[in-house]
Amino acid sequence: MYVVVAGGGKIGFNLTRTLLDGGQEVLLIEKDLRRFRWLEDHLGQVVLHGDATEVATLEEAGVKRADVVAAVTGFDEDNIMICRLAQNVFDVKRVIGRVNNPQNEDAFRLLGINNIINSTRLIYRLVLQEVDACGLIPLLTLKGGKVEFVETVLLPESPAANVAVKDLILPEQCLLMAILREEELIFPRGDVVLLPGDRVIAAARDDEVEALRLALLGSA
Amino acid sequence: MKVIIIGCSRLGATLATILSGAGHEISVIDPKAEALERLPHDFPGQVFQGVGIDLELLAKAGADTADALIAVTDRDSANLVTAQVAMEKFHIPRVIARAYDPRAAEAYRAMGLDIFCPTTFGIDYVLGRLGGAE
Repeated sequence: MYVVVAGGGKIGFNLTRTLLDGGQEVLLIEKDLRRFRWLEDHLGQVVLHGDATEVATLEEAGVKRADVVAAVTGFDEDNIMICRLAQNVFDVKRVIGRVNNPQNEDAFRLLGINNIINSTRLIYRLVLQEVDACGLIPLLTLKGGKVEFVETVLLPESPAANVAVKDLILPEQCLLMAILREEELIFPRGDVVLLPGDRVIAAARDDEVEALRLALLGSA
Repeated sequence: MKVIIIGCSRLGATLATILSGAGHEISVIDPKAEALERLPHDFPGQVFQGVGIDLELLAKAGADTADALIAVTDRDSANLVTAQVAMEKFHIPRVIARAYDPRAAEAYRAMGLDIFCPTTFGIDYVLGRLGGAE
């Protein structure tokens, strides 16, 4: 597999090193000359000095035959443009863009870059999983945010506690997928009765997540 | 006409001044406060500090009803990405962006954008004055 990484900051450097360790063919593109020299000292001949938002640089990097292009610079506009050029000019099938400012995530998606890494959001999710704030914990999203996987723990006063799955009134666009009861994995078939302390994992369309929360946990 | 100008560069600030002087409704967006100072003190338009790919900010600057958007920051990526957002999200009828890299300009023209390239203008001008490349 040939991977082109654009942007040799901490993420680009460590990504390149990890890919090399895994035996992949990688090329890292860095714009700043001093940083480029440092990267070359630490990674060897897999670093190219140039501006990855320029078509000529991408051409020199052999992006045409790349299996994946990962744009991980510190500038969101650059990352979007690199992904777009890779897709449109060089016909690269898989592009990954790093989102620096979470507010710009919509622009990435709008322009067809669905494989994005938003570290702020990832850390936010992990924090939520730790603090277990109020109800549903987002686990992951699919289809560019349209489908959400969520997790919750039922309390004794939750409306879904001590109710059989077939008697739950749930929103149309959702599905209970698994129940973790202590160490046991239970599949929520109709006659399974939910108990306080059950960890419930469900998938729901993004606009039904709130309804699902109400159905399982109530308004508290 | 309602026009949003992204990038208070010399070009952006001058266009903003001329167009607002001619009675058009102008919004200017630039991430740098110093750049916004290029506008005259009595500039009648709206001024926002921020980037052009911020959808919320574009909406606040009136992108939903704008007749034109002009992206002329000093970065090709900011201009081209903002132009594309303006077209795809807000369907602004007239979107014009600057790209210094002639090949990026060409690539984005192929995606249906209206791009001008000062590098190409410069090359053509100089070669024209010299009577050609021969």
